[in-house]
Amino acid sequence: MAPIGTLHYLVTAAALFILGVIGVLTRRNVVIILMSIELILNAVNLNLVAFSRLWGLHGQVFAIFVITDAAAEAAVGLGILIAFFRNKETVNVDEVDLLKW
Amino acid sequence: MFFLTHIWLIPLLPAFGAATMFFFGRKLQKATVNAICVGVVVLAFLFACSAVWQYTDYAHDKPGKPYQTIVYTWLGTDTGQMNYVMRDGKPAPFQADVGFLLDPLSSIWLLFVTGVGALIHIYSTGYMAHEHGYYRFFGYLNLFMFSMLTLILGNNYALMFVGWEGVGLCSYLLIGFYFHRHSASTAANKAFIVNRIGDAGFLLGMFTIAWYFGSLRFTEVTHLARSGHFAIGDPIITGATLLLFVGACGKSAQIPLYVWLPDAMEGPTPVSALIHAATMVTAGVYMVARSNALFVLAPTSMKTVAIVGTLTAIFAASIGLVQNDIKRVLAYSTVSQLGYMFLALGVGAFSAGVFHVFTHAFFKALLFLGSGSVIHAMSGEQDMRNMGDLHKRIPITHWTMFIATFAIAGIPPFAGFFSKDEILWQAWSSEGGAYRLLWFVGFITALMTAFYMFRLMFLTFHGRPRMTHEVEHHIHESPKSMTVPLVILAVCAVGAGWLGWPHSIGGSDHFAKFLDPVFAREAKVFQEEGKIAQLAAGEREEEHTSPIEYGLMFLSVGAAVTGWGMAWRAYRHADKGYVEPIAAGAPPLYDVLYHKYYVDEGYDYAFTGRRKLGEVRLGVMGLGEAASWFDSHIIDGIVNGTGWATRAFGTLSSWWDKWIIDGVLVNGPAILSRMLSYPVRLLEWGLVQWYALVMVMGLVGFVAYYAWR
Repeated sequence: MAPIGTLHYLVTAAALFILGVIGVLTRRNVVIILMSIELILNAVNLNLVAFSRLWGLHGQVFAIFVITDAAAEAAVGLGILIAFFRNKETVNVDEVDLLKW
Repeated sequence: MFFLTHIWLIPLLPAFGAATMFFFGRKLQKATVNAICVGVVVLAFLFACSAVWQYTDYAHDKPGKPYQTIVYTWLGTDTGQMNYVMRDGKPAPFQADVGFLLDPLSSIWLLFVTGVGALIHIYSTGYMAHEHGYYRFFGYLNLFMFSMLTLILGNNYALMFVGWEGVGLCSYLLIGFYFHRHSASTAANKAFIVNRIGDAGFLLGMFTIAWYFGSLRFTEVTHLARSGHFAIGDPIITGATLLLFVGACGKSAQIPLYVWLPDAMEGPTPVSALIHAATMVTAGVYMVARSNALFVLAPTSMKTVAIVGTLTAIFAASIGLVQNDIKRVLAYSTVSQLGYMFLALGVGAFSAGVFHVFTHAFFKALLFLGSGSVIHAMSGEQDMRNMGDLHKRIPITHWTMFIATFAIAGIPPFAGFFSKDEILWQAWSSEGGAYRLLWFVGFITALMTAFYMFRLMFLTFHGRPRMTHEVEHHIHESPKSMTVPLVILAVCAVGAGWLGWPHSIGGSDHFAKFLDPVFAREAKVFQEEGKIAQLAAGEREEEHTSPIEYGLMFLSVGAAVTGWGMAWRAYRHADKGYVEPIAAGAPPLYDVLYHKYYVDEGYDYAFTGRRKLGEVRLGVMGLGEAASWFDSHIIDGIVNGTGWATRAFGTLSSWWDKWIIDGVLVNGPAILSRMLSYPVRLLEWGLVQWYALVMVMGLVGFVAYYAWR
């Protein structure tokens, strides 16, 4: 068994990323989509942290920014979600098709 | 000078009588009605005599000086409230007074109107004694007297017109006195309507005079007309006088407006005598004589007057030859005699015309009253075919009517001889003989007059009795109230002419001398005014020395006697089924004359619109209907058509706007762009996850591209 190297992290992160993307693209519930976005962001964070082993601490700092960003994004997203629910009484993304033309 | 200064009381007296009858007549006894209505007219006559007597005193120093008194200003003021612009652009105040004018001309009318009027009022008390509406009759008669006196005494055209309309109204009321009879009411309407045509002419003439001279007063207009500022033949004066003459034609029954007078015989006989023979119908003559200064300035009008008068004279006389209704014969005779008067006026012999009015008033009133007496005796029968041999039964009527017949036929020394002979002589001699053709027509008319009058007399009073036994049984002479006026009028019919006894047979022609200042020719006015009378008299004396005058006199007397003889031969022995000589000699002529030249029928075709050709009305009314049709169909059609076309064009335009402009040009590009944009729209269907998928796919694509490049 080879020691856990950068490649493992990258594969794990890629798997997480793909899982997130698939979640964003396939799930209809906005809450799940937001959670899937968290997965994508965390996959990126994992990549940043893995690469920071090779090139210094910048990656970790950036990951902390991304976590903060994710929290803010979740707050805004959930706020929109609540406002949206009040109007439409649904949280299904496929019933939200007003943004056309 | 009480009577002269209070001359306005003369018309007011009969007005009082009329008002009394109007308000209280229904409740009054016949005796009271007589006392009031006859009383006021007799009073008016006495008043008039006194006034004229005082007038001769007043005008002693200057013959013909008009006496004028203005009671109050009736229309307009002198404060410039009713100014109008005259023809020359100057402003003039419109002013019509209730003013009274007495001069020789109005004196004569005043005297015979009140005199004959009073006699006819007295006669009516007998004639109308058994009629219903007794007070109504006398009320109308008094109202007529009031109007006629206003007409005569008014000092301006406007007041004259008031009287003119008043007599027209009374004529209408009295013709239609038996209003329950259809023929009477239609005759009344006819008289009123035909007179209205003439009145329109009078009004227009009056306005023209006001516009041209700036005054309606007779004295002022006459003064201006004689001032020499106006040329002879002035077209406006000619127009004004012709218009006035239209009025005279209506009132005095001249061609073409004479048709009402024969029908007016539907009224009671005293009315025919008073209004339609003696007084009202001479109003036209009075008006023309009153405007003589204007007529003298318009030779065309004078010629028109003379020719119309002459034509009317012979036209009516020829119709009178064959009529069977005793009153109709007299009516046509009146029209004919009025024609004589206009002939005289037209040839410039104003005083001869007035003289004939004067004598005619007596003998024609007498004839009508006599015919009334005959009708009274015949229990209402008016057809001469059913009369005959009355001369012993009603001797007073017979003799008085014979005197009147002598007078109208022109047999000396009865009144008509003098006046008619004067007219014929003037027609022969005036204007250097330019009117001799008219003299000839007048001469023939004189022959006809004698014939139809003696025909009337012989058919009525001589020959064999042709009435039914029952009527014959009731024949009686009329009461005193009727015969006394007849006798008085007979005396006048003999004597009235002597006032104008011509110089040529040793007279002095007082009548013409009295009138001359009124009719002074323009040329004479330029002379010193005091000499007018002498000058006129001198000239007259010169005129009358011609030997031709004696010849003409013999000729006209000969004509009268010939007519008498012809009638005597034809009708002396008239029995039932007698033959009219004209009917025997020339049946078509008789037919035409009997039907009055078909003038009424012609008017029916031409004016009244009673005749139709299929659905189309003929004559003026037809023209009116055609014009109305043209208006409602063509003019309105054009209007409606324009409207319809505009609306249709509007609809079309609206359609164009809606479908072509809005539809094709405005919406078209929009639709086009929408159609073109449709495929693009398909890409933007609004599902966020698909956008995300596309992004992912694009990302994957990029990565793949760079990875495997």
